[in-house]
Amino acid sequence: MLDSIFFYFFAGLAVVSAILMVTRRNAVHSAIFLVTALLATAGIFLQLHAEFLFIVQVILYVGGIMVLFVFVIMLVNLDVAVRQMRFNRMWVVGLLLTLALGAQVYMVYRYVRMGDAPSLFNMAPAPAAQLEPNTQLIGQALFSDPYVLPFELASILLLVSMIGAVVMAKRKV
Amino acid sequence: MLQNLIDFFRPHVWPLLFALVIVAVVPLLAGYIVLLERKVMADMQARLGPMRVGPHGLLQPIADAVKLLLKEDIIPESADKWIFWLAPLLSVTTAMLAMAVIPFGPFFQIADLNIGILFLLGVGSLGVYGIVLGGWASNSHYSLMGALRSSAQLVSYETAAGMAVVSALMFGGALSTRALVEAQSQSHMWFIFLAPVGFFLYLVASIAETNRAPFDLPEAESELVAGYMTEYSGFRWALYFLAEYANMIVVSSIATVLFLGGWLRPFPNTRALDFLDYVPMLLMLLVGVYSLYRAPKQPVAVQKMFMVGVAGLCFLLAIVLALPVFAPAGSLLASMKPGLHGAFWFLAKVATYLYVFLWLRFTFPRYRFDQLMALGWHFLIPVSIANVLGVGIALYLHRSADDGGKGWPLAAALVLTTAITLLLAGWLAKKSDLRERVPAGERF
Repeated sequence: MLDSIFFYFFAGLAVVSAILMVTRRNAVHSAIFLVTALLATAGIFLQLHAEFLFIVQVILYVGGIMVLFVFVIMLVNLDVAVRQMRFNRMWVVGLLLTLALGAQVYMVYRYVRMGDAPSLFNMAPAPAAQLEPNTQLIGQALFSDPYVLPFELASILLLVSMIGAVVMAKRKV
Repeated sequence: MLQNLIDFFRPHVWPLLFALVIVAVVPLLAGYIVLLERKVMADMQARLGPMRVGPHGLLQPIADAVKLLLKEDIIPESADKWIFWLAPLLSVTTAMLAMAVIPFGPFFQIADLNIGILFLLGVGSLGVYGIVLGGWASNSHYSLMGALRSSAQLVSYETAAGMAVVSALMFGGALSTRALVEAQSQSHMWFIFLAPVGFFLYLVASIAETNRAPFDLPEAESELVAGYMTEYSGFRWALYFLAEYANMIVVSSIATVLFLGGWLRPFPNTRALDFLDYVPMLLMLLVGVYSLYRAPKQPVAVQKMFMVGVAGLCFLLAIVLALPVFAPAGSLLASMKPGLHGAFWFLAKVATYLYVFLWLRFTFPRYRFDQLMALGWHFLIPVSIANVLGVGIALYLHRSADDGGKGWPLAAALVLTTAITLLLAGWLAKKSDLRERVPAGERF
């Protein structure tokens, strides 16, 4: 009962603020609604007893990446941006992507309803006791057998892109 | 239905009560930290400080609050009204939210999350929105520059602060604030002695994160009027001020939990030093007696009465702190001792940390912005990463000694890695010369 109230609250908040984020003319308002959407997603993680994912979402996306977004937006001349046309020539591509995504969501929904879905779509919810202690379990999963190689590869990828960014910033253009 | 509601709220009564107490007390506390700041500043500059409102200016915070509440509330014509209204609220809310996981004693804690320290860091990183959005919404150059400086500063120093926190977490082996304090009780050692470099890094980074001098570039009076709050006045301005001081309390509490043993008495496990339990009571008695001694010297009758009242309050606190010590073991009163004395020691440590904040403010001149960035990126972050590595290597050497029975005691391993970290820090400090002149065009 309480769980579903929280779920629909956070889910509704995420959807509404995502729509508002796209439709606002003012870029800073859009950024605030994106922050709200990310926080609502974090709330869903919390409602699923995944505390670590919740706080990582808050620290990384809301506290880190979005601060840099806002930082950059504030330096842009917003008066010019407001007067520009909002939907540009790429809207056909956007529409196609949206259709593809919508079709995928519908497929998942249909498979689950029909009951003969592949196991990927039919995961049983983990009991809350199995998720404790959350942080330790995620740490052990990331640094033990099935995930350690992808995890380290992703780390190296991020490191490479970071070094690339530093090199590009250092070069005088 | 009603029974359901009662059952639902029953486990939440104490947390709700603590939350109410914190929301009520923190603004008052912030006001008195301002008074303390002015008094300490006056003392260091051989002045008296506020003396007019109440004896020794003791009622100054209340007068200030009334003045701020009654002031005209101005919203600039060209400001973004909605965000201008939202920004100070964001600042205060995030600062207050962080209080939820701070253990003011073994019993005085709203929620013991198993991600406690991460929660504090995460909520702290949300606080920057209040500053950035407030500065942007004011639609003024000074405000915008202040907001930009502030966000750049926060993002830069958060990394160093996070790494410093990690060095303490590695000894504690947990993220919950309560578990961290208990780990320090079990290891018979505050983590400041195990990770001194980490504590120093956290001290510097926390001052920078709260925008305090010598890192108060976002509100540098000589350059930016008042930085991001230039256009704010009255109650909204008071909210920003409240948020700043609440944030100071929060970072001091984090440092206390991580490095200074939280609510633990000094030497909590040493029987021979049990006489330290008398310290809280004696301190309160001393303050009370001094207030009584000063009372006849006040010029006005009301102020004399007020000083006697202050003395009475101190005596009351002394009795409250003394009762559990003298009560027979096993009685209800004696069982209250960890809670009451825990709160005393916790607040005493927080107050000491805050005093260091004030002390540094009146001692050091303000940094230039490029020096601030250089200090953060070229010195603090490399040293904090080296510190985490050093602590990790020390723990590894210690652990492997456990397995084979031969090898490194923890102290030796820590001394070695700390020495290497300090050498690196010295080399970095020499290499990145902060006094280097920067051409005027390239300054931020």
